[in-house]
Amino acid sequence: MFGFEETNPVKDDRPIYLNLFQYKWPLVAIASILHRVSGVGVFFGIGVLLFLLQASLESQSSFELVRSSFQSPGLKILIWLIVSGLIYHFVAGVKHLIMDWGFGEDLRSAHLASQATIAVATISSLLAGVWLW
Amino acid sequence: MVSSATNFSRSGLSDWLIQRASAVVLGLYVLVLGWVFVSSPSLEFAEWSLLFDGLSMKIGTSLALLALCAHSWIGMWTVATDYLTKSHFGRHGTSLRLSFLGFCIIVILVYLVWGFQIVWSK
Repeated sequence: MFGFEETNPVKDDRPIYLNLFQYKWPLVAIASILHRVSGVGVFFGIGVLLFLLQASLESQSSFELVRSSFQSPGLKILIWLIVSGLIYHFVAGVKHLIMDWGFGEDLRSAHLASQATIAVATISSLLAGVWLW
Repeated sequence: MVSSATNFSRSGLSDWLIQRASAVVLGLYVLVLGWVFVSSPSLEFAEWSLLFDGLSMKIGTSLALLALCAHSWIGMWTVATDYLTKSHFGRHGTSLRLSFLGFCIIVILVYLVWGFQIVWSK
C-alpha cells in the first residue's frame, strides 16, 4: 500500500564503519562500556561465587578449605577481579538510577558523574584488595 | 511496529523497569553481604553458617537469585543485541547471537536451581 513498506527501514545488513581505534572515547563512553564489561564479567563470576558459597556452608572443614584456598594468588586475583567488577557495576548502577530521576543529565554533570563513578569504584576496589591481601 | 521475540518481557519499557527494580534488590543484597564481611573480618564457620540458617537470609538470597535471573537476562540480551549482530559478524550474526543467548539461558537456570539448592538444603 505504501511504498516505504517495501524496504525495511532497520535493515541490519547495512555496511558499517567500525574502527575502535579511530573512535573518540570521552570519559562518559568509557564509564558506560565499563558498566557493560563489568556486567558480563560478573555474570560469569557468579558461578565462582556460588561454588565458594556452597563449599563455605557445607561443613567446618570445607569452610576452612575455602579460607585456605584464598591464600593462593591465582584464586585471590580471580576473587578480586569479580569483586572489583561487582563494585564498579554497583557504583555505575547507582549513577544510572540517579540519572533516571532526572539529575545530572547535562554534559558537564554527566562528565563529573562519570569521573566520580570511576574514582569511587577504583578506591573501593583498592580497599577490597587491601582487605583480601 | 517491530517487536522482539527474545527480550525479557516483550516490552522495552517493562524491561527497563524490571532492570531497575532487580538492580535495587541486588544492590541491597550486596550491601548486606558486604557489611557482614567488613564488620567481621575474622568470620568463622559457626557465625557464617548461622547467618544462612536464618529465614530472612534464605528469603533474601532467594529474592536476590530471582532478581539476578531477570537482571542478567536483560543485561546479556542488551549487550548481545548490540554487538552480536549481522552488521558486526556478517551473515552468521543472528545464529551467533541466538546461540550465545541460549547459552546464557542455561547459565541463568543453573544459577537459579543451584543457588536455591544451596540456600534451602541447609
